[in-house]
Amino acid sequence: MYTQLLANLAILVLAGFVGFAVISKVPNTLHTPLMSGTNAIHGIVVLGALLVLGNLPADAHWGIRIIGFIALVFGTLNVIGGFLVTDRMLGMFKGKKKELPAADKAKEVTK
Amino acid sequence: MTYLVDVLYILAFSLFIYGLSGLTGPKTAVRGNWIAAIGMGIAVVATLIKIRDTAPINWILIAAGLAVGVILGVPPAKKTKMTAMPQLVALFNGVGGGTVALIAWSEFIETKGFSEFKPEQSPTIALVVGSLFAAIIGSVSFWGSLVAFAKLQETIIPKNVEKAFVKGAKVFQAANIVLLLVAVAVAVYIGLNKGVAEWWIVLLLVLAGIMGLFVVFPIGGADMPVVISLLNAMTGLSAAAAGLALNNTAMIVAGMIVGASGSILTNLMAVAMNRSIPAIVFGSFGGGDVEGGPAGGDQGTVRATSAADAAIQMAYANQVIVVPGYGLAVAQAQHTVKELADLLEARGVEVKFAIHPVAGRMPGHMNVLLAEADVEYDSMKEMDDINGEFPRTDVTVVIGANDVTNPAARNDPSSPIHGMPILNVDQSRSVIVLKRSMSSGYAGIENPLFFLGQTSMLFGDAKKSVSEVIEALKDL
Repeated sequence: MYTQLLANLAILVLAGFVGFAVISKVPNTLHTPLMSGTNAIHGIVVLGALLVLGNLPADAHWGIRIIGFIALVFGTLNVIGGFLVTDRMLGMFKGKKKELPAADKAKEVTK
Repeated sequence: MTYLVDVLYILAFSLFIYGLSGLTGPKTAVRGNWIAAIGMGIAVVATLIKIRDTAPINWILIAAGLAVGVILGVPPAKKTKMTAMPQLVALFNGVGGGTVALIAWSEFIETKGFSEFKPEQSPTIALVVGSLFAAIIGSVSFWGSLVAFAKLQETIIPKNVEKAFVKGAKVFQAANIVLLLVAVAVAVYIGLNKGVAEWWIVLLLVLAGIMGLFVVFPIGGADMPVVISLLNAMTGLSAAAAGLALNNTAMIVAGMIVGASGSILTNLMAVAMNRSIPAIVFGSFGGGDVEGGPAGGDQGTVRATSAADAAIQMAYANQVIVVPGYGLAVAQAQHTVKELADLLEARGVEVKFAIHPVAGRMPGHMNVLLAEADVEYDSMKEMDDINGEFPRTDVTVVIGANDVTNPAARNDPSSPIHGMPILNVDQSRSVIVLKRSMSSGYAGIENPLFFLGQTSMLFGDAKKSVSEVIEALKDL
């Protein structure tokens, strides 16, 4: 029983170092999308909500069902909202200058 | 089948890590985000496989819950304006924390106050400690994020109430220390006495919730980015704790990655503002926007300029550097500034944007706002890359930024912000500062930059001033 716990703790520690390593390479410019991206990833809590609901016996009390249901709605919101918002923000960073040669652009602006 | 689930979890968190490392560059970032999203999809499917034998009523609730979440989540995520992104991120972060708190609550009920365990469940100690930790942090994160959302939304909390909150910072902080001690005592009591009544866990959630409210109430506008980042890291940590309690590897890995990277990010931002995280949470100097310090004083006189003069200066410069700040975001002037940059570039003037790490309301928020206005990624420069260029720059235009350009941070050891990394705006040949009035920045200190010989001030609303400069440029 405790081997499982120790294995989980080892995973926990290693994941912490992975988190440190990944972030240290991200430029300041992308910090908002990064925060939004990690925000989406902690939407993983939706799994917890699924497990809670899934493990309930058929005769479970309605109170706990409601708690589990709200947890699932919240978790889904976190995942869906997180990834969509990050995608929208990152979409803004596409270089648009290359589509218009500089001369055309200048003309367009002075018009 | 259990092996299949575990293998899918490993695949899922590999995709998270790979996707996140894609966020290191603008070219791979969009793909990285989708890779992480696919990982999330796999993790959800794996979990559904794991609970496939559950009662039909549970399946109905699961389908309904997923559907409601998607229906509620998609419209705001698609439609919210870019300037309002920080509060939306705060909100989505908050519901994540709420999920964790509710999971902890239901674990408590299911095990009858941590007294009855099923044989296949995680070790008792992980379940009890993990759930209690998740309950506290999750609840703090949920309620704290809601306050952050309300504050960023600006219309929800009346201004005078907000001011009173900021003034009462010391009271809130004292209350928080007491609340934290009581919450930990309650958690220890629940953990040691198996099978306590349900109201104990509710009490714990409420105590932590009040703590979340009190932590964010007195935080001023400029410190908000750091707090959102901190709450994000906390939700990550609580997810990892819930993962330990539920013996779920995907939750442990994903939660801990967010917890660790979020902590680093929070610290990077705090360092960029020359503040420590405790100093922000426990507000060492004022901790909020201090409005309207005495103007001028003994530092000398400021020189005001007109939009027409500013336009001439910029039009005949070789290089113009724009330093955008919080004020630009408030005035929502990013599109106007981009128009100005285009006009100048059409005249052959090189325009660059110098972005301090904490400009805006989230780390990198300014970059997102400028990107939305179609400013190219390559013309946005980070502090370390641009600082060497100021001496070669004819005109630097400071729009709504203050403390991040204050040379006292470099020269004056007695200044409260001494040591804070700044943009060396004072080294450029001339500086034009767009500012509403002579009030000081959030740190409430004078900025000697405004009194330098090469500095001229263009007073007024940032958006209006930039428009006037544009008009004047067109007439040249």
